[in-house]
Amino acid sequence: MTMVFGIPIQALLGQLLVGLINGSFYAMLSLGLAIIFGLLRVINFAHGAQYMLGAFAGYLMLAWFGIGYWPALILAPLVVAVVGIVVERFALSRLYDLDPLYGLLFTFGLALVIEGVFRYYYGVSGNPYPVPALLAGGENLGFMFLPIYRGWVVVASLIVCLTTWLVIERTKLGSYLRAATENPRLVQAFGINVPLLLTLTYGLGSGLAGLAGILAAPVYQVSPLMGSNLIIVVFAVVVVGGMGSILGAIVTGYLLGLVEGLTKVFYPEASSIVIFVVMAIVLLLRPAGLFGKDA
Amino acid sequence: MTRAFHGSSAEPLLEVRDLNAWYAESHALHGVSLSVDRGETITLVGRNGVGKTTTLRAIIGLIRKRTGTIRFDGKDMMGVPLHGAARAGIGFVPEERGIFATLTVDENLVLPPVVAEGGMSLDEIFTLFPNLKERRNSQGTRLSGGEQQMLAMARMLRTGVKLLLLDEPTEGLAPVIVQRIGEVLAELKKRGMTILLVEQNFRFASRIADRFYLIDRGRVTSQFPVAELASRMDEMHEVLGV
Repeated sequence: MTMVFGIPIQALLGQLLVGLINGSFYAMLSLGLAIIFGLLRVINFAHGAQYMLGAFAGYLMLAWFGIGYWPALILAPLVVAVVGIVVERFALSRLYDLDPLYGLLFTFGLALVIEGVFRYYYGVSGNPYPVPALLAGGENLGFMFLPIYRGWVVVASLIVCLTTWLVIERTKLGSYLRAATENPRLVQAFGINVPLLLTLTYGLGSGLAGLAGILAAPVYQVSPLMGSNLIIVVFAVVVVGGMGSILGAIVTGYLLGLVEGLTKVFYPEASSIVIFVVMAIVLLLRPAGLFGKDA
Repeated sequence: MTRAFHGSSAEPLLEVRDLNAWYAESHALHGVSLSVDRGETITLVGRNGVGKTTTLRAIIGLIRKRTGTIRFDGKDMMGVPLHGAARAGIGFVPEERGIFATLTVDENLVLPPVVAEGGMSLDEIFTLFPNLKERRNSQGTRLSGGEQQMLAMARMLRTGVKLLLLDEPTEGLAPVIVQRIGEVLAELKKRGMTILLVEQNFRFASRIADRFYLIDRGRVTSQFPVAELASRMDEMHEVLGV
């Protein structure tokens, strides 16, 4: 058996793949958080609940209406985005003139309410969501067995992150978003409807969380607490990447997923805290984060 | 201020009456009244902190805590949201220039939406500002101060706005750049643009302004046409404290 640093290569590659899959979710979720924080200056604590909503939207579409995975992949994020838009329009937008803490507290409370409602109806145990037929089964890569759905998650996440990044960096709408992130009042004085831009951005960020949720449904179980388990790690990812940095959020998401996977191989005891150790070190050496600009 | 009682054809493009404005609790404007006719260039003169910039910011709507009357192109502007002022045809070039660091020169240039026909094409803009063409793909804030000022003006010319609010366009720039900006403003004036200029450098302003408003402590203290400038120099010096 091939060994790397005394570790069987199968185990190493297997954990790297698990790390890459986790990293795919970290990247998609921290991307949405970074976009929302950049423009709205709101630390969106409801992001985990929106991820859970995406998974549940897919689960309930299947259970109630027999809507399968592929339509749900479009519909579930849309549902979450619409919920996000309504929340922004009727609640969050009223807090912009106040201390940013109010936005944080509001979204934190909202997350508790949403998760509480789902816990009331669905308990805390997970509900299985079937892998779509097209992506069922696995592939023997020679050194390891790759479940096709997990490969799809990595590919889908890369496509989503790359597309979002390109839209922000290369399109007209993206230039509005970047400019408004720098100076929203001036952009509005130029005739751009910035309040509408804020609403759509919150919708986009929520929708990304919803998309991560429906992608996660066949991998993890669909449970009311699936978001709150994940969101703390994702916040650490955003801090390491640099608050509000789009590219930082994406790259750090994958990177920390891999670091977590490697830790499981070499020192499993530390695997659940390694991301926070990295966060502490980054905060000591580069307080603005790896990709953040020093203010 | 009899101008206000003429018929609509003679109505000024911008009419401000009894404008009061506040920064938080601080009362910054105490009843500013002024009017700008179509095609006219007006310069607001006064020392630092007397309310010139505040007047521009209250007109465009960046300061929301304001009372009084602002009429632009026959339309009441007081109830219009911030993004409505540009759409009505008011272009703003802020003192700090407001070039975006995360946007290229090109992206900065086309950021403000076109609000009416009659704006300049990109070709015309690059003829007026050849430097910008060479640096189209640079990061906006990599430009020199003079180039950033040109860019801040150029991006408003594309949009078809009828009135330009220009806040200290020559501040901190080398004489040769100041001269270039003077030429550009003269060219805009020739094309019929209406300009409301805040400028400390009244020798620069006297070359393009039709009328002056002197501002002190949040009020208009007097106004006169450029022809009276020579006989008003004592008053100017007093207002400017030089």
